[in-house]
Amino acid sequence: MTMTRRSVMVMGAGALVAFGLPMRASAAAEDAIAEFTGGADMGSEGLTLTAPEIAENGNTVPIEVDAPGAEAILVLAMGNPTPGVAEFKFGPLAGSHSASTRIRLAGTQDVVAIAKMKDGSFVKASSNVKVTIGGCGG
Amino acid sequence: MADNVKPRVKAPRKASAGETVTIKTLISHPMESGQRKDADGNTIPRSIINRFTCEFNGETVVDVTMEPAISTNPYFEFEAVIPDAGDMVFTWYDDDGSVYEETKSIALG
Repeated sequence: MTMTRRSVMVMGAGALVAFGLPMRASAAAEDAIAEFTGGADMGSEGLTLTAPEIAENGNTVPIEVDAPGAEAILVLAMGNPTPGVAEFKFGPLAGSHSASTRIRLAGTQDVVAIAKMKDGSFVKASSNVKVTIGGCGG
Repeated sequence: MADNVKPRVKAPRKASAGETVTIKTLISHPMESGQRKDADGNTIPRSIINRFTCEFNGETVVDVTMEPAISTNPYFEFEAVIPDAGDMVFTWYDDDGSVYEETKSIALG
């Protein structure tokens, strides 16, 4: 392929769109975090987020969250068009404060989990997942 | 209502009092995210299950709020404490107002 002025312009516009989208999504993710924590500081001990390092198919990425003593765990995909994934609330009969499920990831990005502990403190864990084929359709 | 929605639950039939058991649930559902477009470029409207709850004898085990980022055929695995014999009720709430319910009885033994 030869590089004409037009093709360079198109690629530049494409790059702008590609970089612009995650920035908007991350602003939404920060709003979601602020809503969940109320702006409180987050620790880093006591929450395990298990996610694969490389996911071949972004349509079904298995994840597991485990936070002993947690009341609720919020899971966010920072690079998705809508960052929210799920919020697990544990009741009195929860055997352990852990759960696993399968999620969609639009591309390579950080998956973030935030646990609300019984004493009102918050714990954050994040894991980078490389996605070979994105899972947002289109 | 989405077609062919079928809940499947794997729970033990028996447990000893106070035992922690692992529960696995799967429900067949397309979980249309609202991001995809059809062949004509029209956005396919969102149609997902937005909430899942599990209760044992009326007490909550888990209550999950689900967003479009949950995969097709949502799968959950979690643990529950069984204090007594009783019924475990699983409920899924669809965007369109449908409610899918499944009950498993667990005996002491």
